[in-house]
Amino acid sequence: MSKQYKQIHCVINGKEREAMVDVRASLTDLLRNDFRLTSVKKGCEVGECGACNVLINGECFNSCIYLAVWADGKEILTLEGLEGPNGEISDIQQAFIDEAAVQCGFCTPGAIMSAVEILNEGRELSDEEIRIRMSGHLCRCTGYENIFRAVKKTMRKRLGLDG
Amino acid sequence: MYTGQSIKRVDALDKVTGRTKYTDDLCDRKAYIARVLHSTIANGKVLSFDLSEAEKVPGVVKILTCFDVKEKHYFPTAGHPWSTDPGHQDVADRLVLTDRVLFYGDDIAAVVAEDEVAAAQALRLIRVEYEEYPFVLDVQKAMEDGAPLLHENYPNNILKHTTIRNGDYEKAIQEPGLIKVEGWYETPVVQHCHIENFICFAEKEGERITVVSSTQIPHIVRRIVGQALGTGWGNIRVIKPYIGGGFGNKQDILYEPLCAWLSLQVGGHLVKLDVPREETFVCNRTRHSIRNHIISWVRPDGTYAARKLEAFSDQGAYASHGHSICAKGAGAFPQLYPCPNVEVDAYTVFTNKPVAGAMRGYGIPQSMWAVESHTEDVCAAIGADPIEFRRRNLMPVGYTDGFSKNENYFDSFNQCLDKAMKAIDYERKYKEYQNQTGDIRRGIGVAVFWYNTAVWPISLESTSCRMVLNQDGSFQLQLGETEIGQGADTAFAQMAADVVGVPVEKVHVVSCQDTDVTPFGTSAYASRQTYVAGFSIRQTGLQLKEKILDYAHLLTRMPAFNLDIREGNIVRIPDGRVLMNLEELATEALYSLDNSRHITAESTYQVKSNAYSFGCTIAEVEVDIPMCRAKLLNIVNCHDAGKLINPALAEAQVHGGMSMGIGFGLSEKLMFDEKTGRPLNNNLLDYKLSTFLDHPTLKAEFVENAEPTSAFGTKGLGEPPACSPAPAIRNAIYHATGVGVKNAPANPHNLFKAFSEAGLI
Repeated sequence: MSKQYKQIHCVINGKEREAMVDVRASLTDLLRNDFRLTSVKKGCEVGECGACNVLINGECFNSCIYLAVWADGKEILTLEGLEGPNGEISDIQQAFIDEAAVQCGFCTPGAIMSAVEILNEGRELSDEEIRIRMSGHLCRCTGYENIFRAVKKTMRKRLGLDG
Repeated sequence: MYTGQSIKRVDALDKVTGRTKYTDDLCDRKAYIARVLHSTIANGKVLSFDLSEAEKVPGVVKILTCFDVKEKHYFPTAGHPWSTDPGHQDVADRLVLTDRVLFYGDDIAAVVAEDEVAAAQALRLIRVEYEEYPFVLDVQKAMEDGAPLLHENYPNNILKHTTIRNGDYEKAIQEPGLIKVEGWYETPVVQHCHIENFICFAEKEGERITVVSSTQIPHIVRRIVGQALGTGWGNIRVIKPYIGGGFGNKQDILYEPLCAWLSLQVGGHLVKLDVPREETFVCNRTRHSIRNHIISWVRPDGTYAARKLEAFSDQGAYASHGHSICAKGAGAFPQLYPCPNVEVDAYTVFTNKPVAGAMRGYGIPQSMWAVESHTEDVCAAIGADPIEFRRRNLMPVGYTDGFSKNENYFDSFNQCLDKAMKAIDYERKYKEYQNQTGDIRRGIGVAVFWYNTAVWPISLESTSCRMVLNQDGSFQLQLGETEIGQGADTAFAQMAADVVGVPVEKVHVVSCQDTDVTPFGTSAYASRQTYVAGFSIRQTGLQLKEKILDYAHLLTRMPAFNLDIREGNIVRIPDGRVLMNLEELATEALYSLDNSRHITAESTYQVKSNAYSFGCTIAEVEVDIPMCRAKLLNIVNCHDAGKLINPALAEAQVHGGMSMGIGFGLSEKLMFDEKTGRPLNNNLLDYKLSTFLDHPTLKAEFVENAEPTSAFGTKGLGEPPACSPAPAIRNAIYHATGVGVKNAPANPHNLFKAFSEAGLI
């Protein structure tokens, strides 16, 4: 297939963006290469590991198997978009630090984005539900234990369940 | 004191914000993209290539084949320190590209293109003509006379055979009344599955080559790229950014030599080689599959009269770390349960499979699968209690290894067992789960392990450190030891802050390593980073402190012996008065018109000791017999890793090792087609590493006996957590069902076989 380009218009981390994209390119490629949003990691490029997860209109996707052209008209949120204007970090990012849920850090951005999707639902999930919802992320360092703790703790805090 | 405190990781903020730069994040977009063409036969010779169609693909810059490798610089790949004694050097059996194919996936050509798509398209259009030879995949079949020979200078494909002979085995087994327990225990080929695949890029800078690589061992990469290119090692500069996990795979030279060579073939242009996941499974390194045969002769009172081990380690096609792994595993056998009469034969054997190398535990997880499964079989054979039998026979306090001079100083095994048993309510569950019937049964099982921290006296243990004082009283800390995700940088900062006497935030660890500026060190392996770095941090920190106090003497007129640095202040010891702070001193030292000096310290410490690290796992399972499925309900690891520098990070490290051990015990196995040698499940969907759903809560417990040989009382914890979970799970299944599986993993395929043979289904 020869190269074909298409103009797309989307919102990335709150900013209106336009880009000419190779129709074969993945959203991962677009975010990493065109916008240098390098929190979007490549671990498998076939939707198996979750390292490239981003929110698209609030829903978490593997950006490696989402074509860049499909992002036309969509709102994309990457890990970089969680940071406040003065570098403030969100509660879930702080929880990852506090619970020692970060080791090599390569799965961390994607895992945080899935956690954001869960937390934004604003409801209490059972332990089993949290595990199911996070199970699209492979991590070889943490055994998932502290990631689980960080997500659960932040959920309970947001819902005011810890007094 | 910062050591012993659970401070937050020094790199955590950057990692949760996505600022941390890994190799791919640093590569300029002008880079050419390299992709490797792998063989599609398991044994043979490349006769010719037809590149005509591939070269027509727009964007292809150059296609290099094995026939373009004119200068044959064979190189080793193991991430071992170099030995100046030729007799101890690793086997140099690799070329950047080869025409003599030894496994399905061998590297025979490479495409350099302007982008990924062109490279991938060209790869598919290359036609290869082979001369095919018969191949062998089984480790013992490879040893038979007449088996296909992989390397001419290794008859019967045996890379190495070592033995241990203690006492007189043949005589000892004549003792009347002995019970013979015999078993074969095998572990599969598994892979590290770090989430960042191996990646590197290279380009010429002047007459030198710079390689940026996702590696655990930058200084070793420098040496081996030099060897592979046939150039002075100083002509190579290796940069190691943050890496997305390594687990031993990146303790090997992977594609750095090829990438550097490809750059030279395109005029020194920047070339990036990013390995796809499917190739990471097959064309990097794997864990050695080891088949162990154990015979124990046991007295009715539960003591060992004589024991024998034969270990057959599947090396795959090239030597890599070679026999070191099998030798380490086999060496644990006579040490873990000392017995006066022991025979060990350990073989490492070439087969036409992917190359096995270092992987977390370095032979001990394989050995513990065999030894601890066998221990359970022995208990069953003589009717002994699994805990009491272990307590009675395990390495006793005071045990000293004649070779390494390692000593078991404390009653660590019993302490670890006690703590783990309490944490999981072992006694009650063990009794409750006896003699169950029905389809669904529960069981609880134990396994212990032993692990050597560091590698003295087998090879070099050299650690170097540099500290450079800044105007504000902070200092850079540089070490040859590397952060690979485990949290080493944080532990280093804590140790350095304590020695020098500054707040920990005043220590800036230089994490990104560059062989042009980073002090020499052989880096991350053998669970040695915190242990060995501790020595050079303490030594260098004391030197820096002496220089600072020397300058403080000039400024304050007080004798240096009456001065100390506490929390970043120069303090007069007798009355505790703060005379000045380190910022004032450091600024004056740099800019003084009378006596300007740049206060730095640098030193090397050669570590000539080594430490035993101990621990155990207890696992509780529920087995669905008709479905041949074992579900893990509870699991606890207890470790004596000496004094913990950072308890929270130590706990996290244990979780990760347990997870790897759970996969090893229950689900992971890289499979190959018997007819072609082709890998069958080299992707993260079909290869079953543990997910969020495969774990119960992971419990980590510690016993903290300060290691007397250590600079900070600490010893190895990187690899130990992965050593004992798999056999503990296996023994729990045994407890539940009365069936002891011999081959890992205890997945439905292996359980079906074992339950069928036992007449359970």
